[in-house]
Amino acid sequence: MDILFIVSSIVAVIASAMAITRRNAVHALLFLIVSLMGVSMMMYTIGAPYAAILEIIVYAGAIMMLFVFTVMMLNLSVSPEDEKRKTGFKTWIFPLILGAVLLSIMAISFLRDPSWEGLHQVILPKHVGRLMFSHYLLPVELAGVLLLAAIVGAYYLGRTRKRNLHRYLQNQEDSYDTL
Amino acid sequence: MIPYEIQILVAAFLFAIGLIGLLTRRNLIFMLMSVEIMMNAGAFAFVASGARWTQADGQVMFLFVLTVAAAEVAVALALLILMHKHFKTVDTNQLNSLKN
Repeated sequence: MDILFIVSSIVAVIASAMAITRRNAVHALLFLIVSLMGVSMMMYTIGAPYAAILEIIVYAGAIMMLFVFTVMMLNLSVSPEDEKRKTGFKTWIFPLILGAVLLSIMAISFLRDPSWEGLHQVILPKHVGRLMFSHYLLPVELAGVLLLAAIVGAYYLGRTRKRNLHRYLQNQEDSYDTL
Repeated sequence: MIPYEIQILVAAFLFAIGLIGLLTRRNLIFMLMSVEIMMNAGAFAFVASGARWTQADGQVMFLFVLTVAAAEVAVALALLILMHKHFKTVDTNQLNSLKN
């Protein structure tokens, strides 16, 4: 497992470094997703499969999707110099290589003899769940309240204000200081 | 068996990369992504510590970090959209006036 951890950590560090140095936001997001997958593989190799799966589902699946949708909504990714440059093979080949490395790590760790991976004590999801709903029950409920507050806050900030004005006022709308 | 020190070292590397990105980039999207990298590194340190002492507590803490990251991203991206609506830019250097 040593070599798998080292390779996936190198992939994660390189992808993170690439993510913060890109100019195009969408390219940076691609690298960030690769970085999250690398961290997920690191967690898998040290014996935390539940955290690894959650990392993929929640981070790379849900949070990064929010990022991608926001970047697409704001339409920031297309700048004049990006349009001129050929966006093709060169842009996605590097994330593809990093992702292929991670995929091969996963394939290797699945295809190996199960007795081989007894080096790290694997913590099963059952133990996590049992601990979460007994000893950490109050923090779990507080986390639920935090998520509710985040939903309400995001809705409040992102809502569109619909203004209903009288016909008479609509004509001179420009003179009013809008929010 | 990977030494615990190396796992923490990788987490520290990732955290440092996120911190550098947060301090050097002025685009708000990239700053948020750097914060994500930093949170991710911290969460990995939790999981590594849990694996070191073979306790499930580390993964429970990972779940809490995940929750906080999701809440933070939701609110921060809403603020980002508001900023883009008001200032027509996501460059934080443009946010230098309290009014107008």
